[in-house]
Amino acid sequence: MHIQVQPASGTPIYLQIVNQARYLVASGQLAPGAELPPIRALAEQLLINPNTVARAYLELERAGIVTKRQGAGTYVSENPPTVGRGQRQRILSERADALLAEARQMGMGFDDVLELLRSRHEKMEASAR
Amino acid sequence: MTPTQPSSSSAEAVVSISGLSRHFGPTRALDDVTLHVPRGSVFGLVGENGAGKTTLIQHILGLLVPESGTVRVFGLDPVADPVSVLGRIGYLSEYRDLPSWMRLDELLRYTQAFYPTWDPSFAESLRERFALPASQKIRSYSQGQQAKAGLIVALAFRPDLLLLDEPSSGLDPVVRRDILEAIIRTVAEERRTVFFSSHLLDEIERVCDHIAMIRAGRVALFGRLDDVKQSHRRLLLRFDQPQPAPPDLAHALTLQGGGREWTGLFHGDRPKLMRTLQSAGAHVVAEESPSLDEIFVAQAALPRTAIR
Repeated sequence: MHIQVQPASGTPIYLQIVNQARYLVASGQLAPGAELPPIRALAEQLLINPNTVARAYLELERAGIVTKRQGAGTYVSENPPTVGRGQRQRILSERADALLAEARQMGMGFDDVLELLRSRHEKMEASAR
Repeated sequence: MTPTQPSSSSAEAVVSISGLSRHFGPTRALDDVTLHVPRGSVFGLVGENGAGKTTLIQHILGLLVPESGTVRVFGLDPVADPVSVLGRIGYLSEYRDLPSWMRLDELLRYTQAFYPTWDPSFAESLRERFALPASQKIRSYSQGQQAKAGLIVALAFRPDLLLLDEPSSGLDPVVRRDILEAIIRTVAEERRTVFFSSHLLDEIERVCDHIAMIRAGRVALFGRLDDVKQSHRRLLLRFDQPQPAPPDLAHALTLQGGGREWTGLFHGDRPKLMRTLQSAGAHVVAEESPSLDEIFVAQAALPRTAIR
């Protein structure tokens, strides 16, 4: 499971894991039935508190994304709920608001922001090729 | 500054400190410090150099007698009962004052004699993982190797409490990673507790679930790391009217900007904060969660009189 955490980001670490695991499942990179690493292994890999990993797994379990099998590890559920359009919009809206606020603070107009997004998008497309 | 609500009572605390004060001559090193370290937690102590971190740790070890207030470790007084307390604490400081004339294998045999719970095979597995030559004198070790040797001594009797005073100080990232892994493995074993001080807030944010921030001998913040982080927010504000001077807002730790737009770091209850802003004619344009580093810098920059 490829997950990266940024401790200094404002988002709590457990939530970073939950969000990334959610996307890995929604995008099919983590298939139904796939086993998640044991709590302690992921904690040592990411260098974070095992309680944080346990909390992330609990949240994923509550959301129906993973299933805990008694004494046998944690697995991606057979029918994991998908990330709905509304939720994706909500997450991206927050990011967009922050970008617009920062741009305004720097005296950058809306058209400049659009132009910047377009150029970053083209650059990303080019490097993906 | 109101301390964040403690998440545990003193009853289930491994370390319980109440009203602890200490002077060195006219200097007030600790001033009415109260904090509890819950069993099974990784507790981070942060503060600038000279804030009182090491003095606090020396009280936990029973090396200093409280001038006023009480210190209890495993429910015991570490000054009155040092054998029972120290026998359950694995301790490593940034000075790593090991006997430099001993070889590592000699040091481990010597240390084993003090601890009935010493686990020789665990010590050996740590030595192998750290790739430390057993038959070399400690003197010939690098700083990083000495830290690892100190870590073996602190861990191999499987202490109930691992107490680390600036363990990463002066070490390269590889050794710092070894220390963090040791912390993670220690807490992963049920009911073991870790207490460590560090000025590396990235480390604290990674592995701690509880923190205390001390400043000029006083506890400025104390509680679950998540609660401490969630009680702070960075806001971009737009005022109805241009503000010629920084507006005087309760809950603001910092405030920068000009005219109608100001950004600041705010602390405290969100509904109360929003009411304050509303009555000042300020609208929240953006809201973000700050890192522990930003919180620390903002708290450290407050005038000392602001700390109650």
